[in-house]
Amino acid sequence: MGQVTLKVWRGNSESGQFQEYTAEAGEGMVVLDAVHQVQATQAPDLACRWNCKAGKCGSCSAEINGKPRLMCMTRLDDLPPGEVITVEPMRTFPLMKDLVTDVGWNYEVKKQIAPFAPRKADHRDGTWKMHQDDADRVQEFRKCIECYLCQDVCHVLRDHHKHDQFVGPRFLVHLAQVEMNPLDTGDRIADTKNKHGIGYCNITKCCTNVCPEGITITDNAIIPLKERVVDEHYDPVMMLLRLVLPKKKSGQRSAVSGQETHG
Amino acid sequence: MAAVSLPLARKFGETARRDRWWLTPLLVVAGFGSFIVYATWAALQGQHYWVNGTNYLSPFYSPELWGNSPHAWFGKSPSWWPAWLPYSPAIFILWAPAGFRMTCYYYRGAYYKAFWADPPACSVGEPRKGYIGESNWPLRIQNIHRYFLYVAVLFIFLLAWDALQAFRFADGFGIGVGTLVLCVNVVLLAGYTFGCHSLRHLVGGRKDCLSESPGCKAMHTGCSALNRKHGLWAWMSLFSVMFADVYVRLCSMGIWKDIRLI
Ligand code: SF4
Ligand code: SF4
Ligand code: FES
Ligand code: FES
Repeated sequence: MGQVTLKVWRGNSESGQFQEYTAEAGEGMVVLDAVHQVQATQAPDLACRWNCKAGKCGSCSAEINGKPRLMCMTRLDDLPPGEVITVEPMRTFPLMKDLVTDVGWNYEVKKQIAPFAPRKADHRDGTWKMHQDDADRVQEFRKCIECYLCQDVCHVLRDHHKHDQFVGPRFLVHLAQVEMNPLDTGDRIADTKNKHGIGYCNITKCCTNVCPEGITITDNAIIPLKERVVDEHYDPVMMLLRLVLPKKKSGQRSAVSGQETHG
Repeated sequence: MAAVSLPLARKFGETARRDRWWLTPLLVVAGFGSFIVYATWAALQGQHYWVNGTNYLSPFYSPELWGNSPHAWFGKSPSWWPAWLPYSPAIFILWAPAGFRMTCYYYRGAYYKAFWADPPACSVGEPRKGYIGESNWPLRIQNIHRYFLYVAVLFIFLLAWDALQAFRFADGFGIGVGTLVLCVNVVLLAGYTFGCHSLRHLVGGRKDCLSESPGCKAMHTGCSALNRKHGLWAWMSLFSVMFADVYVRLCSMGIWKDIRLI
């Protein structure tokens, strides 16, 4: 493939600039390989976070040619040939150094979400029974590797900085994962509306487009949660029905027959 | 080592993206915009919405509550209608599909980007600082979507009835190009309506244990299958409904001649 030119952001929270470097591109190389080559040959102090190089740890998130992507999953031969490759840190989080941002805000957000609260175990050995179909629905959300690329691209955080009012797509996925779990007895819908700010999402699907795990964030997590919020807070008929009919949360249900899941 | 400064806050339209990110919003403005202009014009015409000698009725005018065509349910235009105001049967019903599409989750995402630049495209700078999204009024009204859905489902049955009627001609059973146009239109509209996110929720998505209700599960599976390509159904049905009106209108005006296949 020959040489590639990388324009890498160098700096900290105070100041910074792009620096151009070149790297020898080989067959199957990814952007992270090129960044490592730059580190090894031209800029030993270049800071970048990585761990698995297999798209599984979610550490190497950055913006490549303006798009939030994992550096380890972006092949050089998939980028426009002969063009300079821009590598920038994520823009939604405070910059620490070069390509490394402080994503600690996400950990604080997660602590504010009511945790999974399973019903009493169905069996004396502490296990539950749940149907595979019901498990499949929330399984998609468990694929999340917490790369926070969706948080990075979401304009509510990126452009409007609503970090104190909106948890972002990653945690709406997490909310859907616990809220739709058939074993869960918690109710987070009022929080989803009031505390976690789901109303800020205007369903523009940027999060879905960047998710490296292919989670259908908007259609399968956010919109179903929005609909549950409508049930409880906006739809007068549903609100009336809920007054008459007691809410049936899975905790009160008997276990259904089906494939056994060990808890 | 050339040094280039990084823009700290991105201005409107600023991005490091290299692709043609502006193309999709542009197509949405062109597609949705031309539909709105055409639909408003067609709805205000009040004529050429049915074809004599056939049972073709433009979907923009169905159901026709009061009007001059043989399809009107309650006879001629209402006597209480002010004489100075031009009458068109479409204005009694078009609020329903218009409201359904305007509050559709897919279109919302698309027009917030294309018409309001919020954002213009993913990871492209925005024109405004302030933002409340759908968290407060006026956009909180979008939560009404499921009520438009109820009317839209009813309309699907009415349009299916119209499509069936289009097989009836003055000389008995037959199939014309118009019959096919109306049939394809109702199939596309049904694909769009039955893939609605609110419907997906109401028929089963609201339950955590779907496997407990096989009926709900079957409906949820079907709805989810259509929902996967909801955006595509949305555009195909938008164009088909517009084309169905154009077809009926031009045939009624005598500019196009409907071809009888059978
Ligand atoms: S769909 Fe919602 S959560 Fe996802 S990027 Fe857009 S505004 Fe953010
Ligand atoms: S939902 Fe997808 S994009 Fe968001 S943090 Fe998880 S894996 Fe990353
Ligand atoms: S290094 Fe682990 S995801 Fe890229
Ligand atoms: S979400 Fe598109 S029609 Fe309901």
